[in-house]
Amino acid sequence: MRPPRVLLAKPGLDGHDRGIKVIAMALRDAGAEVVYLGLRRSVPEIVQAALQDDVDVIGISVLSGAHLSLVDDLLKACEAEGIRAPVVVGGTIPDGDVRALRDLGVAAVFSVGSGLHEVVDGVLALASPDRVGA
Amino acid sequence: MSDLLGARSDSGIPVREVYTEDDVGPGLAARLGAPGNPPFTRGPYPTMYRGRLWTMRQFAGFGSPEEANERFHFLRERGQTALSVAFDLPTQLGYDSSHPLARPEVGRVGVAIDTADDMVDLFAGLPLDRVSVNFTINATAPIILAMYLVAAERQGVSEGDLAGTLQNDILKEFLARKTFVFPPGPSIRLACDVIEFASGRLPRFNPISITGYHAREAGCDAIQELALTLASAIAYSQTLVDRGLDFDAFAPRLSFHFATTMDLFEEVAKLRAARRMWARIATDRFGAKDPNSARLRFFSGNAGTTLTAQQPLNNIVRSTIQCLGAVLGGAQSIHVMGFDEAFEIPSEEAVTLSLRTQQIVALESGVPRTVDPLGGSYYVEALTDELERRANELLGEIETLGGAVAALEQGVSQRWIAESAYRIEREIADGSRPRVGVNVYADPEGTSVELPELFEFDPSIVDRQVARTAERIGARDPRACAEATAAVEAAAREGTNVMPSLIEAVRAGATLQELSDVFRSVFGEFREPHPW
Repeated sequence: MRPPRVLLAKPGLDGHDRGIKVIAMALRDAGAEVVYLGLRRSVPEIVQAALQDDVDVIGISVLSGAHLSLVDDLLKACEAEGIRAPVVVGGTIPDGDVRALRDLGVAAVFSVGSGLHEVVDGVLALASPDRVGA
Repeated sequence: MSDLLGARSDSGIPVREVYTEDDVGPGLAARLGAPGNPPFTRGPYPTMYRGRLWTMRQFAGFGSPEEANERFHFLRERGQTALSVAFDLPTQLGYDSSHPLARPEVGRVGVAIDTADDMVDLFAGLPLDRVSVNFTINATAPIILAMYLVAAERQGVSEGDLAGTLQNDILKEFLARKTFVFPPGPSIRLACDVIEFASGRLPRFNPISITGYHAREAGCDAIQELALTLASAIAYSQTLVDRGLDFDAFAPRLSFHFATTMDLFEEVAKLRAARRMWARIATDRFGAKDPNSARLRFFSGNAGTTLTAQQPLNNIVRSTIQCLGAVLGGAQSIHVMGFDEAFEIPSEEAVTLSLRTQQIVALESGVPRTVDPLGGSYYVEALTDELERRANELLGEIETLGGAVAALEQGVSQRWIAESAYRIEREIADGSRPRVGVNVYADPEGTSVELPELFEFDPSIVDRQVARTAERIGARDPRACAEATAAVEAAAREGTNVMPSLIEAVRAGATLQELSDVFRSVFGEFREPHPW
């Protein structure tokens, strides 16, 4: 059985990458394969990488406040391409927007105050093969 | 001693139970100098805050120029003594508000500026000969400075009376803050065009703020912050000297920016060490003859990364300690974080409290009454010496790699920062790095947080901003604008200073994106190498 594979990327123009790099390192130490695309990635780039690497989870991080429209675009593109991998979002996400993101179809939101273990465990749970086809 | 306190400083320096004069090496008097005298360890000015308090400069900006202008007036009415402009990401990255990449980000993390007219609106009712202004702008700094000069011109203010600071430190964008656009070589050239232009024409304006703040916020420690900042300062200075400029012609206007975080004494020692290190670099390496070239002046910002979403009122206490650290370290201007900044742009209530924090430290604590009150403390002097020693060692490593630019091109500096950030996060997770309200004295599960009303973004500003810029493009003389823009392209290609032609172009109504596109076509765009 291959290890869980997680795609991480920063969409939009936001450059705050401390958090996503920490998560990438922590997921790797927890045994996941991490594909980190880096900064300013477009939705088509993220979708293409998700298809190419057949990832189990897509994680994006936005700290600029632009999360709602970026996530909406990403989820629509994933649906159009038949991508089943759950999408998780990290960043500075106000409480009201957490609900809005969940309603759009985001599997989990890790806002400020989320602990390292909480994020890693949450992502790995979503990536576990038990979920495939569920 | 509690286990949680540990026996090492935040950057890992072993700390003794007590310090005595034996811990301070011989020759202290020479390492200190009198305040206002080389090597400036005790402060850049002889009388420090007795002569003049630090500048209280809360970073602010959001929405369109009108909203930001309103916040500036709000702060001024409450006693803020200067302004500090936050720009939105499209402005920082050279896109007008109408660009598809820009739309979701317009006005979010700062104010949207597309044209010189926007800059005029931003400072409406704020006399630019009497208000010093700080601009957090880097890749597009030359264009923003040109727009600011046109705004001043429209107010009838002469260049010589403009005081303030342009961040213009592109190297740390590659390291940490990440709003780079062009590759490192042309980016440094543009930054140095600004410094060269300003050193001749803007005697009261700092054309660069060389900063370690963002690397620190991205996760590095105090020693790395010192070494990375001074390595950048060396890189810019060497570029300007290689252009044929006299070091003393530009060095007095170089300014710096450091973080002040929670380890109070280490932070104070770091700020003292920074002054001494720069004085030695300026004198020994660049042969400064003017003492002003060796006089390090800095702005200090509190660390947003120390703020917690849990028990957010605790952030007021954290900010107070950090403000105190900046004052004990001898800052020339200070920003104090809003206690709600883990969630949003600070509310009016939070930003007022930040300003009041500075005013209480200034007027009630008595701390500013004497210069460098911690000077001579066995502990602080030993820490200052040790931080300087370790930072110099690291600076030597950077030099071995080929300097600041080579180190970042090889990804070494970025790796230091990321590894340190990961270490800190693991320490928070395992409890060895205490965060009150997070991993110690946390509220029981499910306790709800009562916050005062948070800032709310008004999405209608996007369409208004796009419409206004379209109107202004329609109103300009297209031929004059095209000619002026062509002159910028010629300067960019020929390697002459871009500033004079940029000023003409923004005066003729060229937009931020049009001019950024010129630079993109000449210089290309930088794409960060894959981190792993």
